[in-house]
Amino acid sequence: MSMKFDRPMNWKELPAGCLIDEAATSLRFKTGDWRSMRPLWNAEKCIHCLFCWITCPDTAITVQDGKMTGIDYDYCKGCGICAEICPPKASAIEMIREEK
Amino acid sequence: MKTVAKTGNEAMAYAMKQINPDVVAAYPITPATEVVQIFSNYVADGEVDTEFVAVESEHSALSACVGASLAGGRVMTSTSSQGLALMHEILYIAAGNRLPIVIALVNRSLSAPINIHCDHSDTMGSREAGWMQLYCANSQEAYDSLIIALKVAEQTAVPAIVSTDAFIISHAMERLEVLEDQEVQQFIGEYEPRFSALDLENPKTFGPLDLQDYFFEHKRAQIDDFSKVLETYERVAKEYAELSGRYYPALEEYKTDGADVAIFTAGSTADTAKEVVDELAEQGRKVGLVRMRMWRPLPVEEIKAALGKFKAVAVMDRSDTMADFGGPVFLETRGILYDAKKKPLLTDYVYGLGGRNIEISDIIRVYDEIEKVAKTGKPEKLITYLGVRGEE
Repeated sequence: MSMKFDRPMNWKELPAGCLIDEAATSLRFKTGDWRSMRPLWNAEKCIHCLFCWITCPDTAITVQDGKMTGIDYDYCKGCGICAEICPPKASAIEMIREEK
Repeated sequence: MKTVAKTGNEAMAYAMKQINPDVVAAYPITPATEVVQIFSNYVADGEVDTEFVAVESEHSALSACVGASLAGGRVMTSTSSQGLALMHEILYIAAGNRLPIVIALVNRSLSAPINIHCDHSDTMGSREAGWMQLYCANSQEAYDSLIIALKVAEQTAVPAIVSTDAFIISHAMERLEVLEDQEVQQFIGEYEPRFSALDLENPKTFGPLDLQDYFFEHKRAQIDDFSKVLETYERVAKEYAELSGRYYPALEEYKTDGADVAIFTAGSTADTAKEVVDELAEQGRKVGLVRMRMWRPLPVEEIKAALGKFKAVAVMDRSDTMADFGGPVFLETRGILYDAKKKPLLTDYVYGLGGRNIEISDIIRVYDEIEKVAKTGKPEKLITYLGVRGEE
C-alpha cells in the first residue's frame, strides 16, 4: 500500500497499525512554523567553527564543504542554541522576534 | 495424537513447545510461573528454537514481546493477575500496533487484599485493551485454545489472551489428548508477518506520534479489524476440529434444547454446572447451560440467539465491575439483550472471588432460584453475592 499525503486519509485507506510504510516521513512535516524567535546569520562575521552545526537539535544548520551556508527555516524551531553557542568574539547569530 | 496427564500449566507450556515461537519474554508470577518455567526447560534442553528473554517485570516482558513482534517474530508470553495489570499499558500498544502476541494466562484475583486464587478480575479489567479473550473450562481446552488462538491472532493481527482458572485448572492434573509436534506446526503454518522492523530494504516508521489529525482514524480501523475476529475464529476452530476432533465454538450451549432456564457462565464453573444440569435433567427439570468462552470480541448475535430462548437466565460472574451493578458479563449481556426481540429475565450471581469454592449445591441453588423467577416472572433480587458470609 502506498500512502497518500496530499489530503487527509480516511480510516479505510490507512495501513494496519500505527504504521507508516516508508521511512523519514518527518522530512515532509515542516516544523519551522513553530518558531517564535528567528536566528539571523551574519556570513561576514562567521568564523565557520561549526559549533552551531554540531549543537543544533534539528540539524537546521546547512553546511557545504566544511563551511556554514545558512539556516534551514523549514525545520528551525528557533530554540536559540546556535546563537548561544556562537563564540562571543564572532557573534555571527542574532535572535530576533519572528514577527519583525 | 496421544493421551497424556497434565495440569493446566503443563498443558499450556506443552502447546507453547509445539508452537515453537521465535521469542518468549516472561516474568514469573503465581500461579502462572510454571508455564514459563516448564517452557524454559524446553529451551534449555534444546527442544525449541525460541529466544527466551528473562526480564525484570511483566511490563518489560510484554515490551520485549512488542519489540520482537515488530521485528517480525512469532511471540508468546505468560502471566497472571498483577502481572497482567503491570502489562496493562503495553496491552494497548501491542493491540494498536496489530501485533499478534499470545498470552497463556492464569486467571487470578487482583490485590487488595492480596490473594493468589482464581477469579476473573484480571482479564475482565483488560477487556478494552484490544485483545481477543478466550476463557477455558479445563486443561484440554487450554492446550487446544492456545494453538487456535495463535492462528486466529496471526490471521487477524489481533493479539490474544487464553486463560485458565487459577489452581482449579492450572494445578489440577487431567487426562488430555495432544497432537504431534508436526501436526501443530502444519496447522499453524509458517508465520508471515505483515511487516518487519528488520526489513532493511523496505524501511518503515513504527509507532509515530498520532494526534488529533489521525488517531481517531487509526482507532476506527482497529475496531473494524476486531469485528472480523469472530468470523476468523469460527473458521479456524472448525479447521482445528477436523484435525483434533474437538470443536470449540465462541459460545457453547449445553442441553439448552427445551430448557426454560439457564446459567450463563465461564471457565471451570461451567464444567461443574454441566454436572448439575445432568443431575437436574434426570429429575425432569428443564435446565440448560450457556458457556461464554470468547468474551472479546463479544459474540453478540450468538448470545442473543442462545439466551433469547429462555424464560430466565442467571449470569454467574467471577468478578465485579464496582459499578454497583453486578459483574461485567451481566452488564454486557444486558446491553446485548436490550434490543433483542425475545429476551429472558436476567439476574446476576457474583461468586468465587479470590478462589472461594463454588459447590454443586451453590449451582443447584441458582437453578432453584431462576426456576422461581421463570414461574413468577419477577426476580426477587437482581444481583446476588453467592457464597459470601453475611449475605442471605
